[in-house]
Amino acid sequence: MGDVGFGYHGGPELLSNMTLSLQPGLFHFLTGPSGSGKTTLLRLCYADLLPTSGQMTAFGDDVRRLTRDGIADLRRRVGVVHQDTQFLDHLPVAENVALPLTVSGQSVDMEALRDLLGWVGLSQHARALPPSLSGGERQRAALARAVILSPDLILADEPTGNLDWDMSVRLMQLLIELNKSGKTVLVATHDLTLIRAVKAQVAARVLRIANGTLQLAGADL
Amino acid sequence: MKRTELRTLSLRSLWHGLMRDGAAGDRIVPPTGFTAQLTLFSAGAMAFLAVFALALSLATGRLADRWASELAGSVTVRVSAPGDEQAALAQTTLRILETTPGAGQPRLLPPDEVAGLLAPWFGPDMPVDALPVPALIDLPVTGRDFDAQGLRLRLEAEAPGAVLDDHTEWRRPLVSAANRLRLLGVISLVLIAAASASMITLAAKAALAANGQVIRVLRLIGARDITIATAFVRRFTKRAALGAAVGTLCGMAGIAMLPPMDAAGGFLTGLGFQGWGWLVPLLIPVTAAVVGFLATRWAALKMLGAVR
Repeated sequence: MGDVGFGYHGGPELLSNMTLSLQPGLFHFLTGPSGSGKTTLLRLCYADLLPTSGQMTAFGDDVRRLTRDGIADLRRRVGVVHQDTQFLDHLPVAENVALPLTVSGQSVDMEALRDLLGWVGLSQHARALPPSLSGGERQRAALARAVILSPDLILADEPTGNLDWDMSVRLMQLLIELNKSGKTVLVATHDLTLIRAVKAQVAARVLRIANGTLQLAGADL
Repeated sequence: MKRTELRTLSLRSLWHGLMRDGAAGDRIVPPTGFTAQLTLFSAGAMAFLAVFALALSLATGRLADRWASELAGSVTVRVSAPGDEQAALAQTTLRILETTPGAGQPRLLPPDEVAGLLAPWFGPDMPVDALPVPALIDLPVTGRDFDAQGLRLRLEAEAPGAVLDDHTEWRRPLVSAANRLRLLGVISLVLIAAASASMITLAAKAALAANGQVIRVLRLIGARDITIATAFVRRFTKRAALGAAVGTLCGMAGIAMLPPMDAAGGFLTGLGFQGWGWLVPLLIPVTAAVVGFLATRWAALKMLGAVR
Protein backbone atom coordinates (compact mmCIF):
# COMPACT_ATOMS: atom_id res chain seq x y z
CA MET A 1 0.00 0.00 0.00
CA GLY A 2 1.29 3.42 -0.88
CA ASP A 3 0.20 6.56 0.96
CA VAL A 4 -3.10 4.91 1.82
CA GLY A 5 -5.72 6.71 3.85
CA PHE A 6 -9.03 5.51 5.14
CA GLY A 7 -11.97 7.00 6.99
CA TYR A 8 -15.32 5.40 7.78
CA HIS A 9 -18.41 6.73 6.03
CA GLY A 10 -16.66 9.74 4.59
CA GLY A 11 -15.55 10.90 8.05
CA PRO A 12 -12.07 11.95 9.16
CA GLU A 13 -9.27 9.59 8.24
CA LEU A 14 -8.59 6.89 10.83
CA LEU A 15 -5.53 5.85 8.90
CA SER A 16 -3.46 8.21 6.79
CA ASN A 17 -0.32 8.12 4.68
CA MET A 18 0.08 4.38 5.25
CA THR A 19 2.89 2.94 3.20
CA LEU A 20 3.58 -0.71 3.68
CA SER A 21 4.86 -3.63 1.69
CA LEU A 22 4.67 -7.06 3.28
CA GLN A 23 7.86 -9.03 2.70
CA PRO A 24 7.13 -12.49 1.32
CA GLY A 25 7.93 -15.28 3.77
CA LEU A 26 8.33 -12.94 6.72
CA PHE A 27 6.47 -12.90 10.01
CA HIS A 28 4.91 -9.49 10.65
CA PHE A 29 3.27 -8.10 13.72
CA LEU A 30 0.92 -5.15 13.64
CA THR A 31 0.55 -3.53 17.02
CA GLY A 32 -0.93 -0.44 18.52
CA PRO A 33 -3.47 0.56 21.14
CA SER A 34 -7.10 -0.49 20.93
CA GLY A 35 -8.96 1.59 18.36
CA SER A 36 -5.78 2.59 16.57
CA GLY A 37 -6.92 0.94 13.33
CA LYS A 38 -5.27 -2.49 13.33
CA THR A 39 -8.45 -4.28 12.31
CA THR A 40 -9.17 -1.60 9.72
CA LEU A 41 -5.73 -2.08 8.20
CA LEU A 42 -6.24 -5.84 8.00
CA ARG A 43 -9.68 -5.37 6.41
CA LEU A 44 -8.04 -3.19 3.79
CA CYS A 45 -5.66 -6.06 3.08
CA TYR A 46 -8.44 -8.48 2.13
CA ALA A 47 -10.55 -5.84 0.41
CA ASP A 48 -13.30 -5.81 3.00
CA LEU A 49 -12.72 -2.07 2.98
CA LEU A 50 -11.37 0.10 0.21
CA PRO A 51 -8.90 2.92 0.83
CA THR A 52 -10.28 6.41 0.50
CA SER A 53 -6.95 7.70 -0.75
CA GLY A 54 -3.62 6.38 -1.94
CA GLN A 55 -2.90 3.21 -3.86
CA MET A 56 -3.23 -0.35 -2.72
CA THR A 57 -2.22 -3.44 -4.63
CA ALA A 58 -2.54 -7.07 -3.75
CA PHE A 59 -0.63 -9.68 -5.72
CA GLY A 60 -0.06 -7.07 -8.42
CA ASP A 61 -3.70 -5.99 -8.77
CA ASP A 62 -5.12 -2.63 -7.85
CA VAL A 63 -7.61 -3.53 -5.11
CA ARG A 64 -9.97 -0.73 -6.06
CA ARG A 65 -10.31 -2.09 -9.56
CA LEU A 66 -11.14 -5.62 -8.54
CA THR A 67 -14.52 -7.01 -9.55
CA ARG A 68 -16.59 -8.87 -6.97
CA ASP A 69 -15.26 -12.13 -8.38
CA GLY A 70 -11.80 -10.63 -8.25
CA ILE A 71 -12.28 -9.87 -4.57
CA ALA A 72 -13.39 -13.47 -3.99
CA ASP A 73 -10.27 -14.70 -5.77
CA LEU A 74 -8.10 -12.39 -3.66
CA ARG A 75 -9.64 -13.79 -0.48
CA ARG A 76 -8.75 -17.30 -1.60
CA ARG A 77 -5.12 -16.22 -1.63
CA VAL A 78 -5.36 -14.55 1.77
CA GLY A 79 -6.23 -16.71 4.76
CA VAL A 80 -7.86 -14.67 7.49
CA VAL A 81 -8.34 -15.53 11.15
CA HIS A 82 -11.00 -13.07 12.18
CA GLN A 83 -11.17 -11.58 15.63
CA ASP A 84 -14.70 -12.90 16.11
CA THR A 85 -14.07 -16.26 14.39
CA GLN A 86 -17.11 -16.42 12.15
CA PHE A 87 -18.44 -19.87 11.33
CA LEU A 88 -21.54 -21.38 9.84
CA ASP A 89 -23.08 -22.72 13.02
CA HIS A 90 -25.23 -25.33 11.25
CA LEU A 91 -22.19 -27.14 9.84
CA PRO A 92 -19.78 -29.37 11.79
CA VAL A 93 -16.26 -28.11 12.39
CA ALA A 94 -14.80 -30.29 9.64
CA GLU A 95 -17.19 -28.88 7.05
CA ASN A 96 -16.54 -25.36 8.29
CA VAL A 97 -12.81 -25.88 7.92
CA ALA A 98 -13.35 -27.27 4.42
CA LEU A 99 -15.67 -24.41 3.40
CA PRO A 100 -13.07 -22.47 1.38
CA LEU A 101 -12.58 -25.61 -0.72
CA THR A 102 -16.32 -26.13 -1.05
CA VAL A 103 -17.11 -22.60 -2.16
CA SER A 104 -14.22 -22.52 -4.59
CA GLY A 105 -15.46 -25.70 -6.24
CA GLN A 106 -12.50 -27.83 -5.24
CA SER A 107 -12.81 -31.39 -4.07
CA VAL A 108 -12.07 -32.14 -0.43
CA ASP A 109 -9.05 -34.34 0.18
CA MET A 110 -10.30 -36.13 3.25
CA GLU A 111 -6.85 -37.29 4.28
CA ALA A 112 -5.52 -33.75 4.10
CA LEU A 113 -8.52 -32.48 6.01
CA ARG A 114 -7.97 -35.01 8.77
CA ASP A 115 -4.30 -34.07 8.89
CA LEU A 116 -5.17 -30.40 9.13
CA LEU A 117 -7.64 -30.98 11.96
CA GLY A 118 -5.04 -33.08 13.71
CA TRP A 119 -2.44 -30.32 13.25
CA VAL A 120 -4.62 -27.81 15.07
CA GLY A 121 -5.63 -30.42 17.63
CA LEU A 122 -9.29 -30.65 16.68
CA SER A 123 -9.56 -34.23 15.48
CA GLN A 124 -11.88 -35.04 18.35
CA HIS A 125 -14.13 -32.13 17.44
CA ALA A 126 -14.47 -32.73 13.72
CA ARG A 127 -18.17 -33.51 13.97
CA ALA A 128 -18.95 -30.94 16.65
CA LEU A 129 -20.88 -27.80 15.87
CA PRO A 130 -18.97 -24.52 16.30
CA PRO A 131 -21.10 -23.18 19.19
CA SER A 132 -19.94 -26.12 21.30
CA LEU A 133 -16.25 -25.17 20.95
CA SER A 134 -14.24 -23.19 23.45
CA GLY A 135 -12.61 -19.90 22.49
CA GLY A 136 -9.24 -21.51 21.85
CA GLU A 137 -10.77 -24.30 19.80
CA ARG A 138 -12.67 -21.79 17.71
CA GLN A 139 -9.45 -19.85 17.05
CA ARG A 140 -7.65 -23.02 15.99
CA ALA A 141 -10.57 -24.03 13.77
CA ALA A 142 -10.46 -20.56 12.24
CA LEU A 143 -6.75 -20.97 11.62
CA ALA A 144 -7.31 -24.35 9.97
CA ARG A 145 -9.95 -22.82 7.72
CA ALA A 146 -7.66 -19.92 6.91
CA VAL A 147 -4.85 -22.18 5.68
CA ILE A 148 -6.78 -24.96 3.94
CA LEU A 149 -6.38 -23.31 0.54
CA SER A 150 -2.67 -22.93 1.20
CA PRO A 151 -2.83 -19.15 0.86
CA ASP A 152 0.16 -16.96 0.14
CA LEU A 153 -0.64 -14.63 3.00
CA ILE A 154 -2.14 -15.31 6.43
CA LEU A 155 -3.75 -12.50 8.38
CA ALA A 156 -4.75 -12.92 12.01
CA ASP A 157 -6.71 -10.26 13.85
CA GLU A 158 -6.10 -10.45 17.61
CA PRO A 159 -6.14 -14.26 17.44
CA THR A 160 -5.19 -14.58 21.09
CA GLY A 161 -7.46 -11.84 22.37
CA ASN A 162 -9.72 -14.14 24.34
CA LEU A 163 -7.24 -16.91 25.12
CA ASP A 164 -5.16 -17.73 28.15
CA TRP A 165 -1.39 -17.65 27.90
CA ASP A 166 -0.89 -21.35 27.21
CA MET A 167 -3.49 -21.41 24.47
CA SER A 168 -2.06 -18.19 23.03
CA VAL A 169 1.38 -19.71 22.83
CA ARG A 170 -0.03 -22.86 21.24
CA LEU A 171 -1.80 -20.84 18.58
CA MET A 172 1.27 -18.74 17.89
CA GLN A 173 3.31 -21.91 17.50
CA LEU A 174 0.98 -22.93 14.67
CA LEU A 175 1.49 -19.56 13.00
CA ILE A 176 5.26 -19.88 13.43
CA GLU A 177 5.13 -23.31 11.79
CA LEU A 178 3.24 -21.83 8.87
CA ASN A 179 5.78 -19.04 8.56
CA LYS A 180 8.63 -21.51 8.63
CA SER A 181 6.95 -23.37 5.80
CA GLY A 182 7.25 -20.20 3.73
CA LYS A 183 3.98 -18.40 4.35
CA THR A 184 3.84 -14.66 4.88
CA VAL A 185 2.11 -13.92 8.19
CA LEU A 186 0.65 -10.71 9.55
CA VAL A 187 -0.71 -10.81 13.10
CA ALA A 188 -2.48 -7.86 14.65
CA THR A 189 -2.10 -7.83 18.42
CA HIS A 190 -1.64 -5.42 21.28
CA ASP A 191 0.05 -8.09 23.41
CA LEU A 192 3.72 -7.07 23.49
CA THR A 193 4.66 -10.02 25.67
CA LEU A 194 3.39 -12.38 23.02
CA ILE A 195 5.35 -10.51 20.35
CA ARG A 196 8.53 -10.88 22.36
CA ALA A 197 7.87 -14.59 22.86
CA VAL A 198 7.47 -15.12 19.14
CA LYS A 199 10.48 -12.97 18.26
CA ALA A 200 12.54 -15.26 20.41
CA GLN A 201 11.77 -18.08 17.96
CA VAL A 202 11.46 -16.45 14.56
CA ALA A 203 12.58 -13.30 12.80
CA ALA A 204 9.64 -10.96 12.90
CA ARG A 205 9.01 -7.44 11.67
CA VAL A 206 6.93 -5.34 14.04
CA LEU A 207 4.80 -2.50 12.70
CA ARG A 208 3.09 -0.05 15.00
CA ILE A 209 0.08 2.14 14.32
CA ALA A 210 0.19 5.37 16.24
CA ASN A 211 -1.83 8.52 15.62
CA GLY A 212 -3.20 7.04 12.40
CA THR A 213 0.19 6.45 10.84
CA LEU A 214 2.34 3.37 10.49
CA GLN A 215 5.80 3.10 12.01
CA LEU A 216 8.39 0.38 12.17
CA ALA A 217 8.89 -0.59 15.81
CA GLY A 218 12.44 -0.58 16.98
CA ALA A 219 14.58 -2.04 19.71
CA ASP A 220 11.95 -1.53 22.39
CA LEU A 221 10.52 -4.82 21.22
CA MET B 1 -1.71 -39.30 11.92
CA LYS B 2 -3.02 -41.89 14.36
CA ARG B 3 -5.84 -44.22 13.36
CA THR B 4 -7.84 -43.29 16.45
CA GLU B 5 -8.03 -39.73 15.16
CA LEU B 6 -9.28 -40.95 11.79
CA ARG B 7 -12.28 -42.66 13.34
CA THR B 8 -13.60 -39.41 14.76
CA LEU B 9 -14.50 -38.30 11.25
CA SER B 10 -17.44 -39.97 9.58
CA LEU B 11 -16.10 -39.98 6.06
CA ARG B 12 -19.32 -41.06 4.46
CA SER B 13 -21.54 -38.46 6.11
CA LEU B 14 -19.01 -35.71 5.58
CA TRP B 15 -18.45 -36.64 1.97
CA HIS B 16 -22.15 -36.92 1.26
CA GLY B 17 -22.71 -33.65 3.06
CA LEU B 18 -20.15 -31.85 1.01
CA MET B 19 -21.03 -33.43 -2.30
CA ARG B 20 -24.79 -33.86 -2.06
CA ASP B 21 -26.51 -33.62 -5.44
CA GLY B 22 -23.12 -33.03 -6.96
CA ALA B 23 -23.09 -29.61 -5.39
CA ALA B 24 -21.83 -29.30 -1.84
CA GLY B 25 -22.90 -25.69 -1.97
CA ASP B 26 -26.41 -26.76 -1.00
CA ARG B 27 -25.34 -27.31 2.58
CA ILE B 28 -23.83 -23.89 3.01
CA VAL B 29 -27.35 -22.53 3.40
CA PRO B 30 -28.85 -23.37 6.80
CA PRO B 31 -32.20 -25.15 6.89
CA THR B 32 -35.04 -22.63 6.78
CA GLY B 33 -38.15 -24.33 8.15
CA PHE B 34 -40.70 -21.55 7.91
CA THR B 35 -39.75 -20.18 4.51
CA ALA B 36 -39.43 -23.72 3.19
CA GLN B 37 -42.97 -24.54 4.25
CA LEU B 38 -44.22 -21.18 2.98
CA THR B 39 -42.70 -21.75 -0.43
CA LEU B 40 -43.98 -25.31 -0.66
CA PHE B 41 -47.48 -24.31 0.38
CA SER B 42 -47.61 -21.26 -1.91
CA ALA B 43 -46.35 -23.18 -4.90
CA GLY B 44 -48.75 -26.05 -4.22
CA ALA B 45 -51.79 -23.81 -3.75
CA MET B 46 -50.99 -21.76 -6.82
CA ALA B 47 -50.43 -24.86 -8.92
CA PHE B 48 -53.75 -26.25 -7.73
CA LEU B 49 -55.51 -23.06 -8.84
CA ALA B 50 -53.52 -23.01 -12.06
CA VAL B 51 -54.83 -26.45 -12.97
CA PHE B 52 -58.40 -25.19 -12.77
CA ALA B 53 -57.60 -21.99 -14.65
CA LEU B 54 -55.93 -24.11 -17.31
CA ALA B 55 -58.90 -26.46 -17.42
CA LEU B 56 -61.25 -23.50 -17.75
CA SER B 57 -59.17 -22.03 -20.53
CA LEU B 58 -58.97 -25.29 -22.46
CA ALA B 59 -62.64 -26.13 -21.90
CA THR B 60 -63.87 -22.75 -23.05
CA GLY B 61 -61.59 -22.98 -26.04
CA ARG B 62 -63.09 -26.33 -26.95
CA LEU B 63 -66.57 -24.98 -26.32
CA ALA B 64 -66.03 -21.98 -28.56
CA ASP B 65 -64.64 -24.17 -31.33
CA ARG B 66 -67.43 -26.71 -30.96
CA TRP B 67 -70.18 -24.12 -30.95
CA ALA B 68 -68.67 -22.35 -33.90
CA SER B 69 -68.22 -25.52 -35.95
CA GLU B 70 -71.48 -27.21 -34.98
CA LEU B 71 -73.60 -24.17 -35.54
CA ALA B 72 -71.85 -23.21 -38.71
CA GLY B 73 -72.22 -26.76 -39.98
CA SER B 74 -75.97 -26.65 -40.43
CA VAL B 75 -78.88 -24.28 -40.88
CA THR B 76 -82.56 -24.67 -40.13
CA VAL B 77 -85.45 -23.78 -42.37
CA ARG B 78 -88.74 -23.09 -40.66
CA VAL B 79 -91.83 -23.62 -42.78
CA SER B 80 -95.05 -21.98 -41.61
CA ALA B 81 -98.30 -22.16 -43.52
CA PRO B 82 -101.96 -22.49 -42.64
CA GLY B 83 -103.22 -26.06 -42.02
CA ASP B 84 -102.97 -28.42 -44.99
CA GLU B 85 -100.76 -26.07 -47.03
CA GLN B 86 -97.80 -26.66 -44.73
CA ALA B 87 -96.95 -30.12 -46.10
CA ALA B 88 -96.97 -28.90 -49.70
CA LEU B 89 -94.88 -25.88 -48.81
CA ALA B 90 -92.44 -28.11 -46.98
CA GLN B 91 -92.03 -30.30 -50.07
CA THR B 92 -91.46 -27.23 -52.25
CA THR B 93 -88.90 -25.99 -49.81
CA LEU B 94 -87.14 -29.36 -49.78
CA ARG B 95 -86.82 -29.29 -53.55
CA ILE B 96 -85.35 -25.82 -53.43
CA LEU B 97 -82.89 -26.86 -50.76
CA GLU B 98 -81.83 -29.98 -52.70
CA THR B 99 -80.65 -27.77 -55.54
CA THR B 100 -78.88 -25.25 -53.34
CA PRO B 101 -75.11 -25.11 -53.96
CA GLY B 102 -72.96 -25.93 -50.94
CA ALA B 103 -75.79 -27.65 -49.11
CA GLY B 104 -76.13 -31.34 -48.27
CA GLN B 105 -79.23 -33.49 -48.16
CA PRO B 106 -82.05 -31.62 -46.39
CA ARG B 107 -84.01 -33.54 -43.79
CA LEU B 108 -87.56 -32.80 -42.74
CA LEU B 109 -87.81 -33.36 -39.04
CA PRO B 110 -90.54 -35.90 -38.24
CA PRO B 111 -93.33 -34.75 -35.87
CA ASP B 112 -92.06 -36.81 -32.92
CA GLU B 113 -88.62 -35.19 -33.21
CA VAL B 114 -90.21 -31.75 -33.29
CA ALA B 115 -92.30 -32.74 -30.28
CA GLY B 116 -89.09 -33.80 -28.55
CA LEU B 117 -87.58 -30.37 -29.14
CA LEU B 118 -90.64 -28.71 -27.63
CA ALA B 119 -90.94 -31.09 -24.69
CA PRO B 120 -88.62 -29.09 -22.41
CA TRP B 121 -90.97 -26.13 -22.68
CA PHE B 122 -94.42 -27.73 -22.87
CA GLY B 123 -93.86 -31.02 -21.06
CA PRO B 124 -94.18 -34.55 -22.44
CA ASP B 125 -97.98 -34.71 -22.38
CA MET B 126 -98.68 -31.67 -24.48
CA PRO B 127 -100.56 -32.58 -27.73
CA VAL B 128 -98.16 -30.89 -30.09
CA ASP B 129 -100.27 -31.94 -33.09
CA ALA B 130 -102.92 -29.54 -31.95
CA LEU B 131 -100.54 -26.60 -32.04
CA PRO B 132 -99.65 -24.56 -35.12
CA VAL B 133 -96.08 -25.72 -35.00
CA PRO B 134 -93.99 -24.97 -38.12
CA ALA B 135 -92.27 -27.75 -40.00
CA LEU B 136 -88.54 -27.80 -39.47
CA ILE B 137 -85.96 -28.78 -42.08
CA ASP B 138 -82.35 -29.43 -41.10
CA LEU B 139 -79.93 -28.55 -43.87
CA PRO B 140 -76.25 -29.47 -43.51
CA VAL B 141 -73.78 -26.99 -44.94
CA THR B 142 -71.16 -28.91 -46.90
CA GLY B 143 -69.38 -26.37 -49.06
CA ARG B 144 -67.86 -22.94 -48.90
CA ASP B 145 -70.09 -21.83 -51.79
CA PHE B 146 -73.16 -21.98 -49.57
CA ASP B 147 -74.82 -18.55 -49.78
CA ALA B 148 -77.24 -18.04 -46.88
CA GLN B 149 -78.39 -14.65 -48.03
CA GLY B 150 -79.02 -15.90 -51.58
CA LEU B 151 -81.02 -18.87 -50.26
CA ARG B 152 -83.01 -16.58 -48.00
CA LEU B 153 -84.04 -14.43 -50.97
CA ARG B 154 -84.85 -17.48 -53.10
CA LEU B 155 -87.08 -18.96 -50.39
CA GLU B 156 -88.82 -15.64 -50.00
CA ALA B 157 -89.58 -15.62 -53.70
CA GLU B 158 -90.37 -19.30 -54.37
CA ALA B 159 -91.63 -20.56 -51.02
CA PRO B 160 -93.14 -17.72 -49.01
CA GLY B 161 -93.48 -18.85 -45.40
CA ALA B 162 -90.15 -20.70 -45.40
CA VAL B 163 -87.62 -18.83 -43.30
CA LEU B 164 -83.93 -19.62 -43.15
CA ASP B 165 -82.28 -19.48 -39.73
CA ASP B 166 -78.50 -19.80 -39.88
CA HIS B 167 -78.14 -19.34 -36.07
CA THR B 168 -75.98 -16.28 -36.57
CA GLU B 169 -77.91 -14.16 -34.14
CA TRP B 170 -77.23 -16.28 -31.09
CA ARG B 171 -74.09 -18.03 -32.30
CA ARG B 172 -71.98 -14.89 -32.28
CA PRO B 173 -72.53 -13.89 -28.63
CA LEU B 174 -72.05 -17.49 -27.50
CA VAL B 175 -68.75 -17.87 -29.31
CA SER B 176 -67.70 -14.42 -28.14
CA ALA B 177 -68.55 -15.33 -24.53
CA ALA B 178 -66.60 -18.57 -24.78
CA ASN B 179 -63.59 -16.76 -26.22
CA ARG B 180 -63.74 -14.21 -23.41
CA LEU B 181 -63.88 -16.99 -20.85
CA ARG B 182 -60.82 -18.50 -22.47
CA LEU B 183 -59.07 -15.13 -22.24
CA LEU B 184 -60.03 -14.89 -18.57
CA GLY B 185 -58.51 -18.32 -18.03
CA VAL B 186 -55.26 -17.21 -19.64
CA ILE B 187 -55.24 -13.99 -17.60
CA SER B 188 -55.81 -16.06 -14.46
CA LEU B 189 -52.82 -18.22 -15.35
CA VAL B 190 -50.63 -15.15 -15.83
CA LEU B 191 -51.82 -13.67 -12.53
CA ILE B 192 -51.20 -16.95 -10.72
CA ALA B 193 -47.67 -17.08 -12.15
CA ALA B 194 -47.06 -13.47 -11.10
CA ALA B 195 -48.46 -14.08 -7.60
CA SER B 196 -46.32 -17.20 -7.29
CA ALA B 197 -43.24 -15.26 -8.35
CA SER B 198 -44.03 -12.57 -5.78
CA MET B 199 -44.49 -15.05 -2.95
CA ILE B 200 -41.37 -17.01 -3.81
CA THR B 201 -39.41 -13.76 -4.07
CA LEU B 202 -40.67 -12.69 -0.65
CA ALA B 203 -39.81 -16.06 0.86
CA ALA B 204 -36.38 -16.00 -0.76
CA LYS B 205 -35.72 -12.46 0.44
CA ALA B 206 -36.79 -13.44 3.97
CA ALA B 207 -34.44 -16.43 3.87
CA LEU B 208 -31.61 -14.32 2.50
CA ALA B 209 -32.16 -11.60 5.11
CA ALA B 210 -32.19 -14.21 7.87
CA ASN B 211 -28.91 -15.57 6.51
CA GLY B 212 -27.12 -12.27 6.17
CA GLN B 213 -24.34 -13.40 8.49
CA VAL B 214 -23.92 -16.66 6.59
CA ILE B 215 -23.59 -14.75 3.35
CA ARG B 216 -21.02 -12.42 4.90
CA VAL B 217 -18.94 -15.34 6.18
CA LEU B 218 -19.07 -17.01 2.78
CA ARG B 219 -17.93 -13.86 1.05
CA LEU B 220 -15.08 -13.42 3.53
CA ILE B 221 -13.73 -16.88 2.81
CA GLY B 222 -13.75 -16.31 -0.93
CA ALA B 223 -17.15 -17.42 -2.17
CA ARG B 224 -18.22 -15.86 -5.41
CA ASP B 225 -21.68 -14.34 -5.68
CA ILE B 226 -22.81 -17.02 -8.09
CA THR B 227 -21.84 -19.77 -5.66
CA ILE B 228 -23.89 -18.27 -2.86
CA ALA B 229 -26.80 -17.37 -5.11
CA THR B 230 -26.85 -20.84 -6.64
CA ALA B 231 -27.20 -22.45 -3.22
CA PHE B 232 -30.30 -20.37 -2.49
CA VAL B 233 -31.65 -20.59 -6.02
CA ARG B 234 -31.30 -24.37 -6.15
CA ARG B 235 -33.10 -24.74 -2.85
CA PHE B 236 -36.02 -22.50 -3.75
CA THR B 237 -36.30 -23.87 -7.27
CA LYS B 238 -36.60 -27.38 -5.86
CA ARG B 239 -39.22 -26.29 -3.37
CA ALA B 240 -41.25 -24.42 -5.97
CA ALA B 241 -41.14 -27.41 -8.32
CA LEU B 242 -41.98 -29.91 -5.60
CA GLY B 243 -44.84 -27.84 -4.18
CA ALA B 244 -46.20 -27.19 -7.66
CA ALA B 245 -45.97 -30.88 -8.56
CA VAL B 246 -48.06 -31.84 -5.53
CA GLY B 247 -50.56 -29.04 -6.20
CA THR B 248 -50.80 -30.00 -9.86
CA LEU B 249 -51.44 -33.65 -9.08
CA CYS B 250 -54.13 -32.70 -6.56
CA GLY B 251 -55.72 -30.37 -9.10
CA MET B 252 -55.62 -33.02 -11.81
CA ALA B 253 -57.17 -35.53 -9.42
CA GLY B 254 -59.93 -33.03 -8.69
CA ILE B 255 -60.57 -32.52 -12.39
CA ALA B 256 -60.57 -36.26 -13.01
CA MET B 257 -63.21 -36.71 -10.32
CA LEU B 258 -65.65 -34.33 -12.02
CA PRO B 259 -68.69 -36.10 -13.55
CA PRO B 260 -68.12 -37.24 -17.15
CA MET B 261 -69.02 -34.78 -19.85
CA ASP B 262 -71.91 -36.83 -21.21
CA ALA B 263 -73.46 -37.44 -17.79
CA ALA B 264 -75.27 -34.14 -17.56
CA GLY B 265 -74.27 -32.46 -20.77
CA GLY B 266 -73.77 -29.09 -19.14
CA PHE B 267 -70.83 -26.74 -19.49
CA LEU B 268 -69.34 -27.44 -16.06
CA THR B 269 -69.16 -31.16 -16.69
CA GLY B 270 -67.03 -30.33 -19.71
CA LEU B 271 -64.50 -28.59 -17.46
CA GLY B 272 -61.71 -31.08 -17.85
CA PHE B 273 -58.87 -32.25 -20.00
CA GLN B 274 -59.16 -34.47 -23.03
CA GLY B 275 -56.49 -36.62 -24.65
CA TRP B 276 -53.18 -34.79 -24.87
CA GLY B 277 -54.73 -32.04 -22.78
CA TRP B 278 -53.91 -34.11 -19.70
CA LEU B 279 -50.23 -33.49 -20.44
CA VAL B 280 -50.58 -29.71 -20.40
CA PRO B 281 -50.89 -29.36 -16.58
CA LEU B 282 -47.58 -31.17 -16.25
CA LEU B 283 -45.99 -27.98 -17.53
CA ILE B 284 -47.10 -26.20 -14.34
CA PRO B 285 -44.31 -27.61 -12.08
CA VAL B 286 -41.78 -26.83 -14.81
CA THR B 287 -43.11 -23.29 -15.04
CA ALA B 288 -43.07 -23.01 -11.23
CA ALA B 289 -39.45 -24.13 -11.19
CA VAL B 290 -38.53 -21.52 -13.79
CA VAL B 291 -40.45 -18.84 -11.88
CA GLY B 292 -38.78 -19.92 -8.62
CA PHE B 293 -35.37 -19.91 -10.27
CA LEU B 294 -35.72 -16.44 -11.73
CA ALA B 295 -37.37 -14.91 -8.64
CA THR B 296 -34.79 -16.30 -6.22
CA ARG B 297 -31.87 -15.46 -8.45
CA TRP B 298 -33.07 -11.88 -8.66
CA ALA B 299 -33.56 -11.66 -4.89
CA ALA B 300 -30.22 -13.31 -4.16
CA LEU B 301 -28.17 -11.16 -6.47
CA LYS B 302 -29.85 -8.03 -5.13
CA MET B 303 -29.13 -9.08 -1.55
CA LEU B 304 -25.54 -9.98 -2.35
CA GLY B 305 -24.97 -6.56 -3.80
CA ALA B 306 -25.27 -5.18 -0.27
CA VAL B 307 -22.46 -7.42 1.03
CA ARG B 308 -18.91 -6.67 0.01
